[in-house]
Amino acid sequence: MADFSWIRAEAHGLHVAPANAWIDPADPVETALVTHGHADHARGGHAQCIATPETLAIMDLRYGPPGAAQPVAYGETLSLPGGVRATFLPAGHVLGSAQILLEHADERVIVTGDYKRRADPTCPPFEVTRCDVFITEATFGLPVFRHPPIGEEIGKLLKAREANPDRCILVGAYALGKAQRVIAELRRAGYVEPIYLHGALERMCRLYEELGVDLGELRLIAGLPKAALAGQIILCPPSALNDRWSRRLPDPVPAMASGWMRVRQRARQRNVELPLIISDHADWEELTATIKEVNPGETWITHGREDALLRWCALHQRRARALALVGYEDEDD
Amino acid sequence: MEAFAALLDALVYTRSRNGKLALIAAYLRETPDPDRGWALAALTDGLDFPAVKAGTIRALLMDRVDPVLFKLSRDFVGDTAETASLLWPDNPAALDPPSVSEAVAALSAMTRQSVAPALAQLLDRLDVNGRYALIKMATGAMRIGISARLAKVAFAQAFDVPVEDVEEYWHGQTPPYGALFDWAANGGPAPRVDHIPTFRPFMLAHPLEEDAIERDTLDMADYAAEWKWDGIRVQIVHVPEVDGAGPGGDTRLFSRTGDDITGSFPDIAAAFREPAVLDGELLVRGTHQGGEEGGAASFNALQQRLGRKSVSKAMLEASPAFVRLYDVLLSDGEDHRALSWEQRRAVLEGLMPRLDPTRFDISPLIDAASLHDLAAIRERARDEAIEGVMLKRRDSPYVAGRRTGLWYKWKRDPLLADCVLMYAQRGSGKRSSFYSDFTFGCWDGDPDAGAELLPVGKAYFGFTDEELKWLDSHVRRHTVNRFGPVRETDKSLVFEVAFDSIHESKRHKSGLAMRFPRISRIRTDKPAHEADRIETLRAMVTG
Repeated sequence: MADFSWIRAEAHGLHVAPANAWIDPADPVETALVTHGHADHARGGHAQCIATPETLAIMDLRYGPPGAAQPVAYGETLSLPGGVRATFLPAGHVLGSAQILLEHADERVIVTGDYKRRADPTCPPFEVTRCDVFITEATFGLPVFRHPPIGEEIGKLLKAREANPDRCILVGAYALGKAQRVIAELRRAGYVEPIYLHGALERMCRLYEELGVDLGELRLIAGLPKAALAGQIILCPPSALNDRWSRRLPDPVPAMASGWMRVRQRARQRNVELPLIISDHADWEELTATIKEVNPGETWITHGREDALLRWCALHQRRARALALVGYEDEDD
Repeated sequence: MEAFAALLDALVYTRSRNGKLALIAAYLRETPDPDRGWALAALTDGLDFPAVKAGTIRALLMDRVDPVLFKLSRDFVGDTAETASLLWPDNPAALDPPSVSEAVAALSAMTRQSVAPALAQLLDRLDVNGRYALIKMATGAMRIGISARLAKVAFAQAFDVPVEDVEEYWHGQTPPYGALFDWAANGGPAPRVDHIPTFRPFMLAHPLEEDAIERDTLDMADYAAEWKWDGIRVQIVHVPEVDGAGPGGDTRLFSRTGDDITGSFPDIAAAFREPAVLDGELLVRGTHQGGEEGGAASFNALQQRLGRKSVSKAMLEASPAFVRLYDVLLSDGEDHRALSWEQRRAVLEGLMPRLDPTRFDISPLIDAASLHDLAAIRERARDEAIEGVMLKRRDSPYVAGRRTGLWYKWKRDPLLADCVLMYAQRGSGKRSSFYSDFTFGCWDGDPDAGAELLPVGKAYFGFTDEELKWLDSHVRRHTVNRFGPVRETDKSLVFEVAFDSIHESKRHKSGLAMRFPRISRIRTDKPAHEADRIETLRAMVTG
């Protein structure tokens, strides 16, 4: 009976009825399966929380110890009540991020959470896995979104630093994932200078290091005189870019690492001088190529620009529908 | 095209004026002819390719992208050119960016029939930023905040030439401005401009220092005094029919910034047929300034006619404009700018009988033996609603810009009112993290009997950097509401606001609008309920 009625989109998340488990629920529940640590997917207060060890560590850091944490390694299959099996597979989004493969009554459903297909030195790559229903995100689901190779964007950042020896380059980057990826990519490009951090980024960077991601020398800017920061690269959360906090810096060049920077007005709204098109989400080509590769019987779309991806599926004779889940937002990616 | 595309991109993201100037100047220095000239024309909207329309781009895309996906993308991006540049298929194998000149030549050669394949071919050769630049250039709608004036300043900065000269030579040139670049970059001969109605930069005045007034240091024998009329400063230029000027010659009216405002004042332009360049104040007939004798209406009356592309007959009759002449720069083929003010005044007086007296009169001189005498006369300016007085050194040549010691303006004292801070908004550029734009109001009755505050004006200068920091923190600590970028405060802070005049206005709920309002003092000592009332301001209304 191929009707997938055992998994349903409810207002605050995907509900797996036979196991009475929720995937990325917005409200506290009895049993939660969490794809990754971003705040719109991982929330505190669940009685039991099932996720990768890295995601659990991130949630622990953000919300304190969860009720009962059950770590699952990539590739490990877990038996849930009601004859449901859950397997966590790498999603390539951020450290610990997973797609969740759910099997029940000979039906296979994959929930991607958020994902990307580009190489990322801070997490293992997305694994293409066969399934009947592919539940995908569509944050950058418009054909205008084509993320350039990250090397080009890191090159822009390094060039701006060289061109402005008296200023600092202030890069707004999401505290979980984006900041560490930018740092790791700078290191990969041969940048060995200390990288400076806004205080709000410190704990997550330290956690990444504890979990085995090498970020090189990191320093906090607190207490440093303006002059010491000229010619340096400083990372901060996006909200701090135009904040009073930035007044202590030497004439910062405001930069932002985000997929939204592809669109000029988006960058201008942020007062950004140096837009860096760096995203941890799949762009249009990646989304459509992944659907083709996975080749599911049906595609369900959770959040983002679902209209356009639905249209693409229709044009390519693929069954698809939008789930219209609320609460997933990625304005800062 | 890559360098031009990079320049466009950088200009989009650079907010400060100096930053934009430096970017354009560097591009002009480093780019060869004629690319830089075409780029300059593109930046200042000086290019037109009739075969390329906004619809052309859309049609081109519809052939390559699903129409629904195109529309969804366009709605998200908000700009057709940018959407098209992003959606156009990348073709790394065909990447072969044309030079700006090559692109201009190709675009100029396109016809309605050839435009679709020819434009597609160009787009194929470019990367995403190059495509954006090409489409922006082709459709002639840059909209990136580069005024003609900014481009001229950047040009002057690039080649270290006086901006006044650039202003003067620019007007007569057409893209790609070969003669202009040859003159500025290679030291070639200055371009000829005497056969075209060209703007010459204005001579401006310094404010008279308080110190000079108190110590009476100016010898009035060296200076002539005039009223400072409250209209807009204009330059009127006529060239007779020679060397390709239009039939009957050509007449142009320029504002202080060099903008061509001939279209708004056809009555003035039509009445001027003397081969000359004159400097004066554009006014509307009335009795508000200087009474019957002064014959000018308030600035407000003039404002009705500003900024219009075309003027109705009714408006021409209801608000007839005229120019009160201050000076003459050129006449009958002679350049008088090196002469003394006194000599030029004599030339101007000699010209007056040749001009239509309903459209032109001469600014009368004021007799004053000393600054103290003049001060007494200036006191009267308030009653007569004139902006103040001018002092001009009798031996001063006509030089562009503000030179010390030659011309002074002595404005009448500003009006003052105590107003309450109501809303604040963040500034831009360096002030982007500060609440620095303030809306303030006055009471519409007795505040102790439940009167309300109504906004009367908005100001974003007049305070020091220290005061700005303090104001910013006041706004943050006293916010009661947020509307997007605007914060509403608890209306506890009083400003002493200085302004030049106040007028009736339908634009504001209070029915009043201030001219040149600025924060003159922060009155932390004054409780909000003691601020001024609307009725007090209404009593100051002139015109």
